[in-house]
Amino acid sequence: MSRTISLILMAGAALGCGAAPPPVRSQVELDPPPLPWARERVERGEIDSPLVALVGGTVMTATGRVIEDGVVVMERGRLRAVGARDEVEIPEGARAIDVTGRYVTPGLIDTHSHMGVYPSPSVRATSDGNEMSSPTTPEVRAADGFWPQDPQLPRAIAGGVTTIQVLPGSGNLIGGAGAILKLHLGRTVEEMEFPGAPETLKMACGENPKRVYGGRQAFPMTRMGNVFGYRRAFQQALEYGRGFEDWQAQHVGWQRRRRAYLEARERGDADAEDPGPAPSPPARDFGLERLLGAREGRVLVQMHCYRAEEMARIIEVGEELGFRVRSFHHAVEAYKIRDLLAAHDISVSTWADWWGFKLEAYDAIEENLALLTQAGVRGVLHSDSAMLVQRLNQEAAKAMAAGRRAGIEITEDQALRWITINAAWTLGVDEHTGSLEAGKMADVVVWSGNPFSVYTRADVVFIDGLTVYDRHAGPDALHRTDFELGQDLELTTGGE
Amino acid sequence: MRALWPLVAAMTLAVPAGAQEGAVALVGGTVWPGDGAPVENATVVVRAGRVVSVGPGAPPPGARIVDCAGTTITPGFVATQTELGLVELSLEPSTSDEALEGDAADPVRASFAAIDGYNPLSTAIPVARRWGVTSVVVTPNGGLIAGTSAWMDLAGTTLDDVLVRERTALHASLSDNAVTAAGGARSSALNLVRQVFDDARLYRGRGPAYDRRGLRELRVSRLDLERLAGALAGDYPLVVKASRQSDILRVLALGREYGLRLVIADAEEAWMVARQLAAADVPVILTPMTNLPSSFSHLHARYDNAAILHRAGVRVILSTEGAHAQRNLRQEAGNAIAAGLPREAALRALTLEPARVFGVERDYGTLAPGRVANLVVWTGDPFELTTWARHVFVRGREVPTTSRQTLLFERYRRLEGTARGQRGLPRAAPARR
Repeated sequence: MSRTISLILMAGAALGCGAAPPPVRSQVELDPPPLPWARERVERGEIDSPLVALVGGTVMTATGRVIEDGVVVMERGRLRAVGARDEVEIPEGARAIDVTGRYVTPGLIDTHSHMGVYPSPSVRATSDGNEMSSPTTPEVRAADGFWPQDPQLPRAIAGGVTTIQVLPGSGNLIGGAGAILKLHLGRTVEEMEFPGAPETLKMACGENPKRVYGGRQAFPMTRMGNVFGYRRAFQQALEYGRGFEDWQAQHVGWQRRRRAYLEARERGDADAEDPGPAPSPPARDFGLERLLGAREGRVLVQMHCYRAEEMARIIEVGEELGFRVRSFHHAVEAYKIRDLLAAHDISVSTWADWWGFKLEAYDAIEENLALLTQAGVRGVLHSDSAMLVQRLNQEAAKAMAAGRRAGIEITEDQALRWITINAAWTLGVDEHTGSLEAGKMADVVVWSGNPFSVYTRADVVFIDGLTVYDRHAGPDALHRTDFELGQDLELTTGGE
Repeated sequence: MRALWPLVAAMTLAVPAGAQEGAVALVGGTVWPGDGAPVENATVVVRAGRVVSVGPGAPPPGARIVDCAGTTITPGFVATQTELGLVELSLEPSTSDEALEGDAADPVRASFAAIDGYNPLSTAIPVARRWGVTSVVVTPNGGLIAGTSAWMDLAGTTLDDVLVRERTALHASLSDNAVTAAGGARSSALNLVRQVFDDARLYRGRGPAYDRRGLRELRVSRLDLERLAGALAGDYPLVVKASRQSDILRVLALGREYGLRLVIADAEEAWMVARQLAAADVPVILTPMTNLPSSFSHLHARYDNAAILHRAGVRVILSTEGAHAQRNLRQEAGNAIAAGLPREAALRALTLEPARVFGVERDYGTLAPGRVANLVVWTGDPFELTTWARHVFVRGREVPTTSRQTLLFERYRRLEGTARGQRGLPRAAPARR
């Protein structure tokens, strides 16, 4: 109970705006009723994974340390030890896997995926990523459209990816909630949810929303309309939050009157006034609740935005309306305002070299991630593509090489962070995964060689210490989703 | 603007004098010629736009020496199946000339010529060239029969400067979109292809009768018939996009029926019919990284498509998608190698095979005496993503590795000079309400 209260008080404080009443913890110790969205998340229990030691590889930790001849020990879903061979004792009973000559990295993380909501095969029936019936749909969730049998998923795992953020598309100004998933392929999306991950919110700037709705002669059809759309939505959320604050205050007053009434009745005062039933809470609005969460910082805003001046504008609108952007996605012009992004501690999720598919992607440069990294911005290499997600390591190699070609020294550790720990921070899960450190989730990839070589492949992928991919496991190494079963029956029964 | 002048000056200086003004010798690199074993510590002599010699000899007196120690030198890569030069911004119709708007209105446009829309000043060209792409087979898109492609070299300002071959192939498609444009069923699409080739067969050699209206009614225009007849005559191949293995076999049957010189593109399931493709000596253009069952027409796409085809004896060309991503041809090749394609075959698939298939193999495709000097000096293995092109030569001239993108980089390399810097930003704390 006390945990719930403190959550509420924090929420009340964060609502700010001078309207919130001071915390009511007076002599009578009356608790305001809990807000409907301030419930505690269910934590997942410990995972029963075996005691495994990866011995002898080059361990790239994504913490600044590269360990030659390293040892990584995992057990019960967690990393137990990471270090050089002379630092780490291999526990008795561990299954030791010799990875000499190979490389060990954290599992890769993609902050921008549409797998499961835009699955393969791409047909009308599987298109579930853009609720383009209204430009502002914070109430919908990617998780609700996610198809766990998407054949794209096992191929991403074979590329060393262990965690993804599935986002709604960018057709809407406010597209809905993202889903942060671990690639334990399951029957339901619940089986894949990242335990303890915060909620995220997809928003979009620029050409896409105005093209979608402008094409229908509907709002918004300009960038002016786009920005008004965000402001209106967050203003509504602010007022929605105030409605609940007022209700809580009224409720506390009612409790006080009710207590007085009951005490008076106990004293035998027959004339005491019955305060009647408790005040009803305002009508719930799931979308505004999510926007309120973005104001309170418990929902991380993931903002699709290409151009520099639009990103700067969004930062200002966020300051005005009380929300922060956690990461600008695509952000091909981020290099132009990297000082501003560093000052506001906003990460940038972008590609190595996508450009030119529309005017807002015209000023992309190869050195974007290198310049951002040099300026102290958390750079993230994202995919936005079920093809590219299979080769995040190669994309990072390209962005690293582009920096070096231009004279900006980017280390392999920095490049690795683009696809691991910086991505984890962007999703608010960096305490749990994204680097090789004792105590974190055992999300680990063993690579056949240096992960920045085009010839290297992921050999073994562990999620929570469980082997989810082993390249040398024969013809069944790549998991076949339900959809794929039987598609090649004639081949396997002696056809062509 | 002032800041740009030194750059412009530097660019001008970096471009060496024209091909007629003496030889250039690339000294000390390892040459991967594209059709044979590597030559270590080679001297490559280029003069008058052509390769003069490749070998261990000393550079000729007076030649400009380019130190290539530690580098790998390859023929320039050829981009195929791409709208490079036809599309500046994919989503802006006014900048896109790769296809008609509205496919079904006119699914057969054999006389649609990519050359008419080609813009040698497209900003996408220097972006690709900077990473070793020196020629393009610029290809129309859309419809059932999309039109003809042309071979261009990627340096020069006018068509006269850049054009190598005006009609390299006629392009057709059995992609999902093409089938939709042609009635919605595979049978309607193939039927329409047969109808127009029937017409072209009738038309061929009977131009005067056609002009007198002495032939039965023909479905397409005279210009379309000319291009279709060109394919029937074997002047150029018919490149057909086909994905499903059964589609590929139907196209092979069509090719036999009309005596067409075929090339299969897209070809995600070509590995399943490698034997038949090899027997028919039909080359395949494919995109190696395409391994997703993203359509019901290619549920069996896989990474080792190129490797399997190569082992079966099929000639393979590697391509990558779009006007803007051609710099990733080498990544496609690297991944094909990782999936089992021999390195030499991967290089050939970006150089010699396109030259052979599109009819310019006398001048292009290998780094050998007499060939046009389109070549690239790489800082290492050209297929590795951590190397880059140090020098790019097109027709014997070194071209700058600058692009609109590198100019943007130079402008923003330091922020102090910008207005934002002068305003004293970044702001320390949010202020306005």
